Amino acid sequence: MSPGHYLALSAILFTIGALGVLVRRNALVVFMCVELMLNATNLAFISFSRMHGNLDGQIIAFFVMVVAAAEVVVGLAIIMTVFRTRRSASVDDVNLLKY
Amino acid sequence: MSTSSHVSAVLAQGGEIPAPHIEYGQVAPMLLVFGAAVLGVLVEALVGRRSRYFVQVPIAFLGLGAAFVWTIVLGWRENPHSVAAEGALGVDGPTLFLQGTILVLALVSLLLIADRGTGRTGGAVEGHFAAQASALPGSEAEQRTAEAGAVQTEVYPLMMFAVGGMIMFPASNDLLTMFVALEVLSLPLYLLCGLARRRRLLSQEAAVKYFLLGAFSSAFFLYGIALLYGYAGSVRLSDIAAQIARDAGNESLLLAGVALLSVGLLFKLGGVPFHMWKPDVYQGAPTPITALMASCTVVSAFGAIVRVYYVAFETLEWDWRPFMWAVAILTMVVGSIVAITQTDIKRMLAYSSIAHAGFLLLGVIATSPNGLSSTLFYLLAYGFASVGAFAIVTMVRDAGGEAGHLSRWAGLGKRSPVVAGTFAFFLLAFAGIPLTSGFTGKFAVFKAAVEEGATPLVIVAVIASAVAAFFYVRVIVLMFFNDPDPDGPVVVAGPATAVAVALGLTATVVLGVLPQPILDLAGQATTDMFVR
Repeated sequence: MSPGHYLALSAILFTIGALGVLVRRNALVVFMCVELMLNATNLAFISFSRMHGNLDGQIIAFFVMVVAAAEVVVGLAIIMTVFRTRRSASVDDVNLLKY
Repeated sequence: MSTSSHVSAVLAQGGEIPAPHIEYGQVAPMLLVFGAAVLGVLVEALVGRRSRYFVQVPIAFLGLGAAFVWTIVLGWRENPHSVAAEGALGVDGPTLFLQGTILVLALVSLLLIADRGTGRTGGAVEGHFAAQASALPGSEAEQRTAEAGAVQTEVYPLMMFAVGGMIMFPASNDLLTMFVALEVLSLPLYLLCGLARRRRLLSQEAAVKYFLLGAFSSAFFLYGIALLYGYAGSVRLSDIAAQIARDAGNESLLLAGVALLSVGLLFKLGGVPFHMWKPDVYQGAPTPITALMASCTVVSAFGAIVRVYYVAFETLEWDWRPFMWAVAILTMVVGSIVAITQTDIKRMLAYSSIAHAGFLLLGVIATSPNGLSSTLFYLLAYGFASVGAFAIVTMVRDAGGEAGHLSRWAGLGKRSPVVAGTFAFFLLAFAGIPLTSGFTGKFAVFKAAVEEGATPLVIVAVIASAVAAFFYVRVIVLMFFNDPDPDGPVVVAGPATAVAVALGLTATVVLGVLPQPILDLAGQATTDMFVR
């Protein structure tokens, strides 16, 4: 299979993730969609790495994984705190600050 | 393909990869700040609970102060113009100026963060941060920790990590370093936003909103990097510029990459239509953290966007200019107009910060040495004024914490004329009245934009400034020409906060009356522009 197919798959996954962030209500699912976007990016990096024949893209993918893991730690801590105070993880319920 | 040949080349050397060469002297400011942050984490683990505060605060001050001194010496002694750490970081005039600005503003913000008021009242330690962030608001566990006077001090290491990321962000010479710096600066800020002692629900809401939107925008930023890597085969800014100049490669990859990368950068500095997080987060976050974000994060984000646009995309100017014009106009207009309807002081200052981001975008659009030096000056002037303004917001207090609602500020000029007068002065600086730093900054940026043929933008900017002046003056009128409420807010000034206000005020006056030395310094810093 040519790397082009992987790029198309990566674009599709990224779009699914972005749509998920926009339409889903649960903060955890929104967050999972962000992670899906990051993984789609990794796929793009690796496909481009193959196309250009240099290893930069593969190294970057490792960096992205580490950053995504750090983001999970911070994100889950914040979502947990809000869940404990409000007994809800819905992003529609955090509505005190507006306009 | 040649990927496997690269791998086999490394393996042929017996698996030995040459160690990278790091110029420790040139990256020392970053290392000092990160070192202080790591030390802070160790202190949190090893030092007794009651003495932690007294160890953490000096470490943070020393780390920032040493990094600031090192930056000054670096810029003064050798006027560097080179890349460090195998080309990952650029050490040049504009970067050092931005890093110095961020460090000095962080020092002033640290005064606000470290302020605990005049001491203990009723057993509980006064301060801006929750004693225990994990305890439920209003729960028994929270009361117990408050009574015991046990306050966690993780704020200081978190803040130092954020500042470290901030000084790395404008120095990044390749997009991977820039992404890592962006995350290192953002992740601690997400947490810091949720740590307010009062109004915990609002604070936590600000944290969750900032986090979800920030993670969303950095995913766009990262996909932009992936597309640019696909276009140029490298994430080094100079390689991307060279590839554009060669006019080779797939142009749709390039344009999509530039657009997605810009979304990430514009989100961080609060350009419309990526500004939605800013009012909510500025209002909900603890006010010292808002001061840190309104000064240091804005400086850092502008440093990064200027570097990307001046170094990598300069030859692509005709393609990104219409898009940036639209964003700049929207940012100035929306920021100024929506601010008029605000009733909360921090929210109003947030919209004012959005409008200022619009004015600053004029300096980015100018893409000239003058545009760069005026942006640097504006950032310094605006940073000091906003730290000062938010410092005053922390001082005006009701029974339940800071007096957020604008109506509570009525008649403050009669009750405490010095505080109200200082606040009025900061507002005039935001509005750009002559003899304040805001005027000099705006004048320099507008002049640079006119020189580069962006006159229509400057006309919009002047009109937006006039609209913005309206709501600044409205607050001044409210403070001085209304009668004070008998049970109105009181002014509580801790010594450190007072020092922060005094520093902000001095800088705003000096940069307004005698701007030439700093203008010269900014001009000198930008003579060689960015290293490529």
